[in-house]
Order: sequence, then C-alpha cells, then structure tokens
Amino acid sequence: MALTPADIRHIAKLSRINLSEKEVAKFTKELSSILECVDKLKEVDTRKCKPTKQITGLKQIFRKDEVKRGLADVEKLLETSPLKFTENQIETQAAHG
Amino acid sequence: MDNYSIIIIYYNFKFSLTGSRMINTLTISQAHNKLKNKEISCEELTKSCIERIEKTDPLVNAVIYKNFNSALSKAKKIDSENNFYNPLTGIPYLSKDVFCEEDVPTTACSNILRNPDYVTPFSSTTTKRLEACGAISIGKTNTDEFTMGSSTETSCYGVTKCPWDLTRVAGGSSGGSAAAVSSDESIFALGTDTGGSIRQPAGFCGCTGIRVTYGRTSRFGVMSMASSLDTIGPLAKSVEDLCIILSAISGKDELDATTSDLEVPDYQSILNGSVKGMTIGISKDYFPAELDNEVREHIENAIKVFKKLGAITKEISLPHTKYALPAYYIIVPSEISSNMARYDGIRFGHTEKAKDLIEYYFSVRSAGFGDEVKRRIMIGTFALSAGYYDAYYRQAQRVRTLIKQDFEKAFEKVDLIVSPMSPTPAFKIGSHTDDPVAMYLEDIFSIPQALAGIPALSIPCGFSKENLPIALQIMGPQWGEPQILKAANAFEKEVWPGGLPKPNI
Repeated sequence: MALTPADIRHIAKLSRINLSEKEVAKFTKELSSILECVDKLKEVDTRKCKPTKQITGLKQIFRKDEVKRGLADVEKLLETSPLKFTENQIETQAAHG
Repeated sequence: MDNYSIIIIYYNFKFSLTGSRMINTLTISQAHNKLKNKEISCEELTKSCIERIEKTDPLVNAVIYKNFNSALSKAKKIDSENNFYNPLTGIPYLSKDVFCEEDVPTTACSNILRNPDYVTPFSSTTTKRLEACGAISIGKTNTDEFTMGSSTETSCYGVTKCPWDLTRVAGGSSGGSAAAVSSDESIFALGTDTGGSIRQPAGFCGCTGIRVTYGRTSRFGVMSMASSLDTIGPLAKSVEDLCIILSAISGKDELDATTSDLEVPDYQSILNGSVKGMTIGISKDYFPAELDNEVREHIENAIKVFKKLGAITKEISLPHTKYALPAYYIIVPSEISSNMARYDGIRFGHTEKAKDLIEYYFSVRSAGFGDEVKRRIMIGTFALSAGYYDAYYRQAQRVRTLIKQDFEKAFEKVDLIVSPMSPTPAFKIGSHTDDPVAMYLEDIFSIPQALAGIPALSIPCGFSKENLPIALQIMGPQWGEPQILKAANAFEKEVWPGGLPKPNI
C-alpha cells in the first residue's frame, strides 16, 4: 500500500511528531516501502487461526491488592523530571496557551 | 575440517600469547577460579577491563557510560571480604544502556533521555540479581536508539564498530555489548533481544549470546521496545559463561507478570552432556538461494560437526518463515507506538520551550527521537488506526500463530533446529542507512523465534575470507535452553577448544 504525503502528515500528527516538508517526502517514500514489504501478509489464509497476543501460555496472573512502597522515593522520582515541581506535582505548561 | 584445524591452531597459539598477562581476556569460570585461588584480585581484574576500555574503546565505541569509580570501590570491598560465594562474585560486566541502574544515567542512546540525562532512581531486576551475586557493573554499552535497529547506527552516541574490521558495523541492537565482550573490555555483558538484538551482534563480533524463552528472565526495569517480544539475556566468551549468567538472572519476578514460575534448571549441569543421539532439524526455509555462499558453506560444515559428534539430522519444514519479517514489522511498531508514548518530556529527559502543553509534546518528541524511532512510531500508529487494524495488526497476530505452530510441529520431530544466524557477515557502516527495508532484512533468520517466544543461541562457526566471524544459530522449543546450551557447548569444545577466537585489536 502506498501512502500519500497527506497520510504522513496525519499519522505524524497522531504520533505527536512535527515533520518538515522534506521529512514528509522522505517518510512518505520510506513508510510506503515498509508497507509494501508487509503487504505480503495478505497472501496468508488466516481464517482458521486465532491471533497470538502473548506466547507464554500463562493465564490470569493475580496478586494481592495491597499498597506497597515503590522502589524509589517520591522525591527521587520527581527529580528525574526536567520540569519544576511543587507539592509533589510536576508543573507543566497550561493545556491551552 | 581442515579449515577448522588451521584456525584452531592459530587461535590457540594467539591465546597462549595473550592469555597469561591480560586477565581481562578470561572467561567467567577462569576468572572465578583465579579469584578463589588468590592468583588475581578482584581489583586487578576490574582494572584490567578498565584499562582495556580506555585503550580500545576510542576505536570501537562500545562503551557510552563509564562507572569506573564505583566499580573499583566495589572491587576493593569484595577483595576485603574474600568470599567468592558465586561464580559471578567480583566479575566485571557491562550492560546495554536500556538497563536501569540506580543513580546511573540510562538513556537508551536516545536524545529524548538526554539534556538532562535520565538518572534512574531504581535498578532493573536483572541488575539487582547480578548485584546480589557480587558481579560488578563497570558501565553501559551502546545500542541502537531504544534498541531499534540492526547495526547500532541509530544510537545518539554514534556507531559501534566491529572489532574485526573497524569499517563495518558490530550489528545491533546490542552492538556495544557484543563488541565489548569480543574485544575483552569486560568479562561479559547484558543485552536485550526482541528480534535478534543479542544473537546477530554476537555473531557479527564473534562472541556467543542467547535469546531466552520469553518469560524466562525479567524485563522489569529495562526500557521496553515491543513488550510481547522483548527478552533479557547475556553475551559472553563461552557457553559455560552463558550458563553461569542464566543461572543468576532467570526465574519468576513479581515485578514482571510475564515471567514464569517454572523451576529454573541447573544450566551448568549440562556442561558434560553430549549431543549423541540428539535430532537436529534443518529447514530449507533458512537456506534461500540468495544466501551468502561463505555463510552457507560454514553452516554446512557446522552441521557436519554435529553429525561427527553423534547427532542425527533431519529435514523439516517451517513454511511460514517468509511471513515472519512482515508480521514482526507490524507487531513491533504497533507496540512501539504505544510504549514510546511515555516519552513526552514531563517525567524524564529532554525538555523544550513551548507555549502550551500540546506544542510541548510535539517539540520534545520531534527533537528527541531519531528517524528510525519516528518511522516505527508512525508505522505502528498507522497499523493500529481505524480502518487498518484488522488488515495489518490483527492479520500479523494471526500469522504469528502460524509461525508458532510451525515450530511446535517441528519440535515434535526434532530436539533442536540449526540455521545461519544472519544472511551475511558484518556489513559496511552506512551501507543500509538509506534503505530501512534492507536493514530489516538483516533480521530475517532471527525474527521467527522471537515471534514464537522460543529460545535461540548464536555461536561463531567460522570465518569469511575477509576474516569476519560467521555464526551458527541453534534453536530449541519453549523452555528448551538446556538442550540448546548442551549442543552449543559440545560444538564449542569441538571447534574452539582453546576458546572463541579473538579479534586482533
């Protein structure tokens, strides 16, 4: 399947990635060639088989619903943020301007 | 077998020259014996790896973070305690830069976790298990950005070079770990394998590495690429060493619900085993017409070695092999598009100026992610989007079932399957960078096992005329690590009795 530059702009927007016009052209070509390669999948008759979502064979792993201390302190987890924090909350830009 | 004999004599000679003075060339079991017998100290061993990194790494670019001061103080402490309770006690190692290690920068070799560098506030389960054995972390190794690649060329720290030919890639994504182990910068290294990222670089660099059964080792604290396929495993200088490391890192972890509580076998007990009477499957699907002739020749020779050792070979069919690559390149990007959503500049890593939150997300992600990550996020976003989900993602998951069934049927008839590890030896740096599909094709032999969740090991089986390692892949059924390791160990003892060959660097 070939993608158009308009498709790429739409996918990039959904992915939260800005692309320059040059990048749009480059990714249009590259993503189309990847999709061409994966289109081979359509040849396979899979009507009789179920999708594999995980391959361990494990079923329903439960644990007790208990509050546990994390592996790191709250302070230490907050410190990894590049943004400022107050009262254990990270300060981000406003959602709308 | 003449070629083998000549190589063995040559490398035995070389090993005897270097083995006695450079203790960084030792395997885990050799170093452990010397530590226990007081022939060397842990500090000396750690120092010799550090010196080797300082000398060799400017050429190879395998190590991207050095943890030397803390490593040396741990080494001194272990010397003073004088209790080498585990084969890994006092053994210096490197881990791929996706393993979280408390208070150590972990960046996945991506700009999105740099400036400021993400300094991990906790350690991965594997890191903790090695620490409990007394192994010493000396640094972090180079990888393709978030492990996305087959050549370590997508790293923000630049490419890792193949120690056998510095104009070629070390493979990837665990290229840094493979190059470091084969050039003796550490005694062993940790890597991750999603679709060949331990096995292919081990093959390109001439060390040995194993992808374990999915669920055998814990993924907790290791940055995810594709969660249904990612596995954690070792790269080492001998099969015996792989057994030692696997004994330490395998088993149920409450922090990773996909780990199995199946008992961890005694991997070291297989070391005296033989392949006599084992049935080894060979599938035409792994020997396509376009396979490199030298690779074909060396794999055929390796099969002869197994026959000589008493194994029986049997032709098998894995008819869906050719669909593994397309299925992988839908499933993996789909999982990536979801896993990469957490990198938004809020909780860790890179930051940018922006007027509002949505612009902030766009700016951080556009500046932080490299092209391969962007490509995969976009392919995944597309494959999971309305209208395409069934045609791509669901279809890929169904094909995954067929690939898994291929292996299940084959392992009813055989104990192991052998194949080439990669279609060619290490390729030239830059030769695939403008063609993502050509790069993806490098993984053609290492992807099916990943989709099926089965274990597979890579071990050198010869050299090309250009003196580049060629590797054999040995696959087993789910939880079949013991029989793979047994066969690989028997092969190593027969073909490389003086140890795996080393690059002249």
